[in-house]
Formats: sequence, structure tokens, C-alpha cells
Amino acid sequence: MTRITVDKVAVEARAASFTTRSIKKAAKLQGLHMVVGMTDLTTLEGKDSAEKVRALCRKAICPDPALKSVPSVAAICVYPRWVKEAKAQLQGSGVCVASVATAFPSGQVDLKTKLRDVEDAVKAGADEIDMVIHRGAFLSGDFKTVSEEIRAVKKACGAAHLKVILETGELETYDNVVFASELAIEAGADFIKTSTGKIAPAATMPVTLVMLEVIRRHFLNTGQMIGMKPAGGIKTAKQALHYLVMVKETLGDAWLSPQWFRFGASSLLNDVLLQLHRQETGTYTANYDVTES
Amino acid sequence: MSPSPKTKVAPELEFGNAWEYAAAPESVKVAIADKYGMFINGAFVAPKSRKYMDTINPANEELLSKIAVANEDDVDRAVAAAKAAFPKWKKLKASERAKYLFRIARRLQERAREFSVLETLDGGKPIKESRDVDIPEAAKHFFYHAGWADKLDYAFPGRKGRPLGVCAQIIPWNFPLLMAAWKIAPALACGNTVVLKPAETTSLTALRLAEIFEEVGLPPGVVNIITGAGATGAALVAHKDVQKVAFTGSTPVGKAIAKQCAGSGKRLTLELGGKSPNIIFEDASLDQAVDGIVQGIFFNQGHVCCAGSRLFVQEGVMQEVLAKLEVRILSLRVGDPMDKNTDLGAINSLGQLATIKRYLEAGDAEGATRHQSSAKLPKRGYYLPPTWFTGVQPSHTIAREEIFGPVLSVMSFRTPEEAITRANNTPYGLAAGIWTDKGSKIFNIASRLKAGVVWCNTYNRFDAASPFGGFKQSGFGREGGRQGLLSYLELTPHG
Repeated sequence: MTRITVDKVAVEARAASFTTRSIKKAAKLQGLHMVVGMTDLTTLEGKDSAEKVRALCRKAICPDPALKSVPSVAAICVYPRWVKEAKAQLQGSGVCVASVATAFPSGQVDLKTKLRDVEDAVKAGADEIDMVIHRGAFLSGDFKTVSEEIRAVKKACGAAHLKVILETGELETYDNVVFASELAIEAGADFIKTSTGKIAPAATMPVTLVMLEVIRRHFLNTGQMIGMKPAGGIKTAKQALHYLVMVKETLGDAWLSPQWFRFGASSLLNDVLLQLHRQETGTYTANYDVTES
Repeated sequence: MSPSPKTKVAPELEFGNAWEYAAAPESVKVAIADKYGMFINGAFVAPKSRKYMDTINPANEELLSKIAVANEDDVDRAVAAAKAAFPKWKKLKASERAKYLFRIARRLQERAREFSVLETLDGGKPIKESRDVDIPEAAKHFFYHAGWADKLDYAFPGRKGRPLGVCAQIIPWNFPLLMAAWKIAPALACGNTVVLKPAETTSLTALRLAEIFEEVGLPPGVVNIITGAGATGAALVAHKDVQKVAFTGSTPVGKAIAKQCAGSGKRLTLELGGKSPNIIFEDASLDQAVDGIVQGIFFNQGHVCCAGSRLFVQEGVMQEVLAKLEVRILSLRVGDPMDKNTDLGAINSLGQLATIKRYLEAGDAEGATRHQSSAKLPKRGYYLPPTWFTGVQPSHTIAREEIFGPVLSVMSFRTPEEAITRANNTPYGLAAGIWTDKGSKIFNIASRLKAGVVWCNTYNRFDAASPFGGFKQSGFGREGGRQGLLSYLELTPHG
């Protein structure tokens, strides 16, 4: 594989150019609905509990009882131990259960333990597995280990979809992000995902653009579609619309679907709901008018 | 007109309307008078010629206003006003001159939206560009030269600069306000007075700039703005009391002006056409290089003297670059310039559209392959979809002559030496672009390209502090930066 380089200044300028698009009226409404439908509503905290997960699941199915036209989110994203609870809550709703396995977020355990983590989540009913790559191996140039781990996890996933988290904040350079994206796709990723949300910077527009360009290259070369999930740091409806503009103008219509594009976020959903209230009623709603999540 | 080639059996991306942006028209309304006189000696006056010409909106062909046509008497009146104002302006304390320039810059910033809208109405460029480039850059030029006004004694060590007198400045229609700023700001900073003639299709923002001169109390006669077409310009250049001529525009007109000035003792600077090479090496970051190609040729509908209109791609990555380029061009939004999401607006005039179309036909006739985006164009107004030609030979008309439109000629090269030879094989020498990840290659190639500006891993970037100008038939003299001051000063030894 020849290493593809990215010009930092130029890619950041291009990413910024998407933020100058003006999204109004019908386009805004449609865009905000899309954002909700593409959200992986996430809770990944040490203090998570069964009750927290149940609340999250209700919110995932019906984000806002006052806004009937708003779709369910794409998935909820939890640690493996909460998969069973989530699965039970979401039965028949169409909302998927995604689980972060492989000793998320650091991945600092041996492969055997990672695979056990994945198997447990899949056994408990996870539809999607969000794994972390071995950044230590990647940064020391041991790409083979990175690849082999992804392959092994993919196998352990069975029918579950695999999202591969690169943790771009630790990879640091765009050149590294490109190469890690290619490795992940090569090794069987269904989705590539920017970040765990536990490291800053998490998702940024330029890093997401770089990954979308890898996906585009792969598609044009092979015809195979790969999904993209920026995660962490996307907190406002406006930011999310900028990401959608970037997807639309980089990959086109086919990727404007929860099947191929997801937002990993927790606080984003409520900001989108506030904006939707504003669009429907013409007045701004208070934070307490939407439920916590 | 063949649509873009579907040579690849490989899958295609679809840039359709699964999520269509709603119309996002700029909402600011700008008042435009039914007709405009000229700005002479601090006031708007009717032309002695009594003649007016139409100025229209190229986006919908509607009449915007009527503009005075200056004849020789009007030119004489304007030059006389500038001449009369010169002695006092020259003697004014330099820091006071600076204050006027600062005030102009500040007012431009405060009225930026109004100027953007007017620029887009009159010239057809996307509001996104007039808002984000033209107007802010114009303000920056005034700020920058305000800074120089009281530091001229330090600009050229050992020498002192003296103003020249009345400067005749003739500017083009592609960046109307910005070119006015490029011309007026250094002239005033150096203590000269000015008679400016904007292009006949785009006079409105220069006339509105005159309103700002009134607002900031610029002394009468320091800047005079006369309007009209070629005959007005020729009369201005010919006037005996003009000390200096600065022209930005086409090479044929530049040559005519040079002939007119020869032997007259008038100083002259010319910023003329270009056919600038944009060179993509195989080790470049290709996705970003493709953005640069698009920025280089489609910015302002290609109405840019330094547009990267000759694309040279190293053979090994030609197919990949062409594929990426096509995808990128398909996502460009062409249409109503007043829509905030428009990437390519209207061609500036019917005449220019006809010129561009003649070049397209020449390209077809000489054997190049034409590709155009399938963007839907508005029914009224002057539009052209972004166009690129492959199979272009260096001898083709479209590879040699300036088209001044959204038309790219794609050629290949194999080695760095070949790239340099091909890039320099042009009568022009305004700008060039190099795309490579290798720093050493950048320095080597850049130093051997005969061009006034060489951009490396970027294109069409401007700064008031950076001198701009050409070699060969792209003209002489520099605008911007310390070097730009030289065009407006006579240097003498200190003391």
C-alpha cells in the first residue's frame, strides 16, 4: 500500500468551507430529522445503571413525545454489560443496540480478552460492535497486529456490524488517519469511526473529511460502501448539519442514510429537538421542555 | 456538448437531490439610484457628455441603473480637480493621510454587506465570494496602506519617496471594488491624487466607494471617479496632466496604453492577462490538489487574471486526478449568484460569454475533448457550466490564449524538467501553482518558473502585504506590499 498524504492546511480549509453553506427552511427541517435518525444515542460512563439505560432506550424510540414526526434514533450505544437490558427495552422498535467492546476506550488488554468482550456483547444481543484499534501497535509501526486484531474481532462479530474506532486524537496526523482508515477497511470494517469520545480532540470536520475521502476512494475502486461515524464533540444541531453538508458534497446521496452515516453523541439529540421545536412553533423552547438523556 | 465521460465501469457517486438545499437568498436590500453621475471634486456631477449607458445584472439581464459616459471634457474636469487637490494633499502630514485611509477601511467594513450585495448584483459573482473575499480584501488594502502612509521614509533605506502627482487608474470588471482598492490605497498613501475609471459593466461599487470618501471627509479632488468605456479610458490616459497610468485588464488594451504612453514621460504599470500553469506532481496530496485545481480555475467563474487555466498532471496520476476532478466538479452549485450556496455565478457580460463560447468551439474544432458539468442553469442571465478539456495539446488555442472563464485545459507531463518547460512555454507569466508533498521539489521548481506569483500547495491566495504582478506579456510593476509603493513614488537620495 502506498501511503497517501494529506495537506493539513488545504483539508482544513475545505472542511471549513462546508460550514458556510446556508441550510434553511425545508432543508433544515429535513436535515434535522436526518440527524435524529442517524444518531447513536450514547452513554458510556462508569456511573451508568440499568435505570439510566432504560431511560435512554425510551428516549431513543421516541425522542420527543411532542414532536410526532421525529423518527427514532438509529441506535443506542452502551457498554457490553448493559446490552441485555437495552435489547429488552428496544425489542421491536427498530432501534439497534451498539456496544463498545474490546476493552473500550484504551483497548489495553490482550486480544483474547478483547474477543471475549466482543463475544459477550454479541451473545447478549448487540447488533453493532464498536471496537477500538490497537493505537500502541499502530504508532510503533506494527500495522500487522492492528490488522490482525480487526480481522479477529470481525470474525467474532458474526452477523453484528463492526465499527472500527481509530481514536484519531491519538493518531495525531491526517496521514496516520488515512492509513489507519485503509487498514480498518481492508480488515473488514463495516464502519470507520473517529473517536471514543474519551480523548480530545474527538471528531472534527477535517478528520471526518479525510476519512470520508478514504471511503470515497475505496468505493470508486471497489464499489463497496463503507459507513462513517464521527463521535464525540458534536453537540449542536448546526454542527451536525455542517457534517451532513460535508457528507452530501463528498459522498453524495447514497450516504445520507443511517445505514451509512451515524453521529456518536449524547447531548446533540436535545439540541436538535430544541431546534425542531423552534422550526415548528416559531418560538424557542427551554431546556426543561425536552427530556434529559 | 458531450456530458462528462462515463468511461469507467466502476461505480459512480450520485450527487442528486436526496437532500436539496432550500433557496438561501441574501436578504439585504440595497438602494440603487436610477442613474449615476460621476464623482468629481468631492461631489456627484452630471456628465458634460449628457450621455448615459445601461448597467445590467448579468444574473437575470435586468437593468440596474444608468451610468454616465465621460467624454474628453469630463476627463479634463476630473484631471483638473485631481491636479488642483495634489499640492495640499501632498503636503498634508502623513499621519493625517493615514487617518483618511483608516476611516475608509473602517467604513467599508461597516458597510460590507451592502457592498457585497451590490458587487454581486452588478457583476454576477457569487455572494459567498463578494462577502468573504472581495469586500474584506478591499478593506484590508486600505488598512494595510494606511499603515504605510507615515512610514514611507523607512520603506526604502537611504532614499526618500516623493509622490508623482495625478494618477490615472483604469480597472477591470472581475473584482471591481477590490481592484479599486488595490489602485487607490497605495496612490493615496504615497500622497498622490487619483482619477479612477472602473470597467463599464461594473461601476456601481466604485461609485458607492465615492460615497464613503464623502462620509469620511476626504478632501475634494483627491479621488475622482469617472465612468465610461474604452474611449473614456483612452482620453484619460492621453491627458497631459496625468503623471502616472496604472492599468489592470487585457493584454491587447495594455499594449495600446503602453503605445499611448511611450515618449510622454508618464509612468506606467500594467497588470495584464495570464495563462497560468497549475502543476500536480504524483506525490501531491491529491484530494487537496483537486480542491486547489477547482479553486484555481472556477473561483469567480474563472474571471481571474491569475486563474490556473493550464493544468499539468504527472502522467502516473492523470486518471486518478481526472476521476477526482469530475466528482468534485459535479458537486459545484451553479446558478443565482445571490444565493448563499452558489459556487459559480453568472458570466459577467454577454460579450464575455460569447468570447468564452468561441474558445469552447475552438477547443472542439482543434481536437480536444470537452467535458461539462450537467448543472442546471437558470433560464435568464449569462451562465456557463464548469468546463474542462482533456486531450489538450500545447499548441491548441485553448492552451495558449487567455479565456477568462470557467474553462480548464488539462495536459500531462512526465518529469519535473518537462513540467517546467511546459509551464514556462507561454507568452504570459502572471502566476503558477505547484502541488507536491516534497518541500525540496517546491523550492526547486518555484525558483525556475517565470511567474510573478508561485503558489505552493494552494492557489488564489492574496494578501495586501504580498506583491502581485507579472512577467512577459502579463505586464510589469507590482501591486501590494512594499514593492507596490514603488509604482507611486519617485525615489531620491535622502537628505
